[in-house]
Amino acid sequence: MTPTQTEVPQRRGTPQDSDGTPVISVRRLWKVFGPKADRVPESEELCGLTRRELMDRTGCTAAVRDVNFDVRQGEVFVVMGLSGSGKSTLVRCLTRLIEPTSGEIVFEGEDIREADDRRLRDLRRRKFSMVFQHFGLLPHRRVVDNVAFGLEIRGMSKAERTRRALEVVELVGLSGYENSYPDQLSGGMQQRVGLARALAGDPDVLFFDEPFSALDPLIRRDMQNEVIRLHHEVGKTMVFITHDLSEALKLGDRILIMRDGKMVQCGTGDELVGAPADDYVREFVKDVPRGDVLTLRWIMRPLADGDALDGPELGPDVVVREATRAVLAADKPVKVVENGELLGIVGDEEILAVVAGQEGGM
Amino acid sequence: MTVAVEKPEQPQKPEPPLKTDAVPPAAASGARTRKVGRGTVVAAIVVVWLVLFALLRGRQTLTLAAADLTDLHRWINDLNDSIGANRNSNPLFLYFFNEIRLVIDTLVTFVQELISQPSAGRPLPQIGWLGVVGIVGYVSWAVGNWRVALLAVAGFTFFGLQGLWQESMDTLALTVSAVVVALLFAIPLGVWAGLSDRFNRIVTPFLDFMQTMPTFVYLAPLTLFFLIGGASATIATVIYAAPPAIRITAHAIRSVPETTVEAADSLGATRRQALLKVLLPMSKRTVVMGVNQSIMAALAMVTIAALIDAPGLGKTVMKALESLDVGTAFNAGLAIVVLAIVLDRVTTAASARQETSRHASGRFATWRRPLLAAGGVVAAVLVYMSHTYVWAAEFPGEGGAGSSIAKTADTTTTWVQDSLSGLTNAFRDAITNGLLNPFQSLLTDSPWWLVAAVLIALGVVLGGWRAGAVAAVCVGLLVGTGLWSDAMTTLASTLVATVLVMVLGMAFGVWMGRSLLVDRVLRPTLDAAQVMPPFVYLVPFLALFGATRFTAIVAAIVYAAPVAIKIIADGVRAVPEATVEAATSAGCNTWQIITKVQLPMSRSALTLATNQGLIYVLSMVVVGGLVGAGALGHDVVAGFSQGQLYGKGLAAGFAIVLLGVMFDRITQAAARRVSA
Repeated sequence: MTPTQTEVPQRRGTPQDSDGTPVISVRRLWKVFGPKADRVPESEELCGLTRRELMDRTGCTAAVRDVNFDVRQGEVFVVMGLSGSGKSTLVRCLTRLIEPTSGEIVFEGEDIREADDRRLRDLRRRKFSMVFQHFGLLPHRRVVDNVAFGLEIRGMSKAERTRRALEVVELVGLSGYENSYPDQLSGGMQQRVGLARALAGDPDVLFFDEPFSALDPLIRRDMQNEVIRLHHEVGKTMVFITHDLSEALKLGDRILIMRDGKMVQCGTGDELVGAPADDYVREFVKDVPRGDVLTLRWIMRPLADGDALDGPELGPDVVVREATRAVLAADKPVKVVENGELLGIVGDEEILAVVAGQEGGM
Repeated sequence: MTVAVEKPEQPQKPEPPLKTDAVPPAAASGARTRKVGRGTVVAAIVVVWLVLFALLRGRQTLTLAAADLTDLHRWINDLNDSIGANRNSNPLFLYFFNEIRLVIDTLVTFVQELISQPSAGRPLPQIGWLGVVGIVGYVSWAVGNWRVALLAVAGFTFFGLQGLWQESMDTLALTVSAVVVALLFAIPLGVWAGLSDRFNRIVTPFLDFMQTMPTFVYLAPLTLFFLIGGASATIATVIYAAPPAIRITAHAIRSVPETTVEAADSLGATRRQALLKVLLPMSKRTVVMGVNQSIMAALAMVTIAALIDAPGLGKTVMKALESLDVGTAFNAGLAIVVLAIVLDRVTTAASARQETSRHASGRFATWRRPLLAAGGVVAAVLVYMSHTYVWAAEFPGEGGAGSSIAKTADTTTTWVQDSLSGLTNAFRDAITNGLLNPFQSLLTDSPWWLVAAVLIALGVVLGGWRAGAVAAVCVGLLVGTGLWSDAMTTLASTLVATVLVMVLGMAFGVWMGRSLLVDRVLRPTLDAAQVMPPFVYLVPFLALFGATRFTAIVAAIVYAAPVAIKIIADGVRAVPEATVEAATSAGCNTWQIITKVQLPMSRSALTLATNQGLIYVLSMVVVGGLVGAGALGHDVVAGFSQGQLYGKGLAAGFAIVLLGVMFDRITQAAARRVSA
């Protein structure tokens, strides 16, 4: 779909392991609701129909249609789409909270769809955990007991799970509230409890289902920063569902855009902005401040005759906004160099085209 | 109540070939003709009925004299006799019904010997009054708070002062036994219905049906299988008290937020863990409310079960009603009211406690355990004392308060009858002669096939074809019971009372719906009125109006009005503020707002109120058989007391069920039409 699979930017110094096998690998995943849902993914003809046509023909709704992606170790993988695009269904399929109709979900080399109930529970107890939009806290338990709930279910002793829960409560910045009840906390603090509960079991992968959509804008920003901080500290692989593009760009190492259950584009933030796969994505990213997202790789032009080659050098993954001052300060165009190889050059016009908000150097 | 309201979608159907731009006015006029249409049809039916009534009056009325029996009644009598003869030989009875009876009987006797009846060589029960008061106070404090504990202690002491200690304890024993058994079944079933959609779909119609039945009708068939007495009364009470608990438990489980259950799943909880750690704790508060409903239903039933010889306060009231002894009836009725208030307040406080306990300050929480233990010790000491010493076992005094209450009630009654009889009799006669008698003679003196046709036609017009079909089946079976004429008399009383209930309901409902202040003042009174067993309403009106069917009707109106008022008030309150504001800004006066905006917009509440009003009135009009209401209620009461009328009584009970089902189906279908 995307022309190039550029590697993940090093913006936040996330731990990288892109050579290794992906943590989660999803292939040809379908989720169809309705009578005799199985037949839909199998039939070439039904696969080709639009949602409305499928509804009229079979009475089925295809929430997730033929989705493929890999999530790498330690990355924040964002699934973005408007309501009804199937993103929440998709994330529930990954842990089989909703049973997928067909396809393959390989987690650390194991096909999750093959797992029996016992194995699935075991995976949920030790490997995955999830943060929900409406928190899903237990109102009859104190904060610390809510956080320890997953450990309790595993059968951990009370002393041990309380100790662990208190650690995590501290980690998410809720010290002093461990004996409160959820309804005594604000929405943002309740979601911190949800986050702590997910972290308490020390899972390999954290799933977030629009965790901040129900919060005020200011608190939402705090919580986003909190997730970034936690990602730094604990380095977990995260799959993050959102309908908010700026949240996706802020948090995501890579972003999958969904529409009507299909994947439209999957790539880094600068790929979506720099090379939108279709008009839908283009419309979506139209209002994004391009200078904050695009890197020099997207705006550089090939070397032409007569270009001065004694200007300063910058890497291709430097964000435009950060390069602006250097480029404008230099008399000569800046050379974009990666591993000693000259990829192109960036001059004042290219920079200004982006910063002034016109169409970038594509 | 008129339910002839237009259905906005329909008018367009008969006139499809209209241009699109012409649709709005056409639809409006269509709606008007349609509205007039249904009203006209109803009016036409009534006119035809009146004309035919004038022509055919007194023919084919299917009247049956009080002592006459039909073949069906004799057949039921024979069935009853043969069951009586084979009770100890038929395997179905030997291994099933008798076993159930035995278990229930053992339980009831055990509880009775504990608190109300002499036991095992003792002249007094195992636990005397002091012990019971101690236990009641302690339990109320432990599950509720100290205020309801005080109320409970005061209330129970009052029974002793009234001289009704043993009767009160009998009622309490039966209620407690029945509630325990009912909850034993109801809570697991409710949890099951909460978890499984399929099971929920299966039980819901049964629960609906069971709750539409007047309390009364459970008694008759049960005596066939379990004989007359405490065991039958308890089984009837169990059956009556279980549905609300099942329904509310299922509702509680279902209303746990889906995210929370999903969160537990996502953490790898097993089904068992999700149930025990998430669903049950989160639905605890609502389930306790279900227990409250169960207890109130059980109390209402236990008092009425006096009809089949259940011991307790109900029996005292019933005997006094039969001998028109208003003073004694009032005294015992007051005890029932006090018991109802105590049980209701304590269980309500228990349900509120689920909410507040976790916010209690830490210091109090640490003291709570030792305090509870200390209270337990005190209660145990009181129990021991009441077991050992006579003064603590038998309530001291002769129940002097009771006799002075009875005397005061008698004096008041006499005074009222002497000085107000002109007024009350005028009122009674006005309603009886002006409304009740003509209506009743219209129903009973018309040929049966005419009334049947009218009922079916009204069912079709108001409720649609399906409701019409139900009405036809019910009418057919009513004729089959051989009690057509009695059923029509009961129908007349019920309908008159329902009309008056709706008048009251509209007046007070609209007033409450429009004014928050009035709502705040009236609602607690209405809530309190609703927890009373229907029985006790008869007493004051017996004093005012004497033993006539009018007494039963007034009692029915007072019993049914709170429900109707509350439903209508909620309906009026639910009309969006913005709509009322828009009407005000368009220059509507108050009357216009009520009649053109608030009442039309709450019309589904109005039909629901009619439905509930009818069911409540029906159950009360029948209990009114005790104070001379005659007809079906009288047949049932007579059936319990005289062997040769048993079959007729059972048939009358069935006829009441048929009336109830018919009313319920037609009004519910009408409500669905209106809200569609």
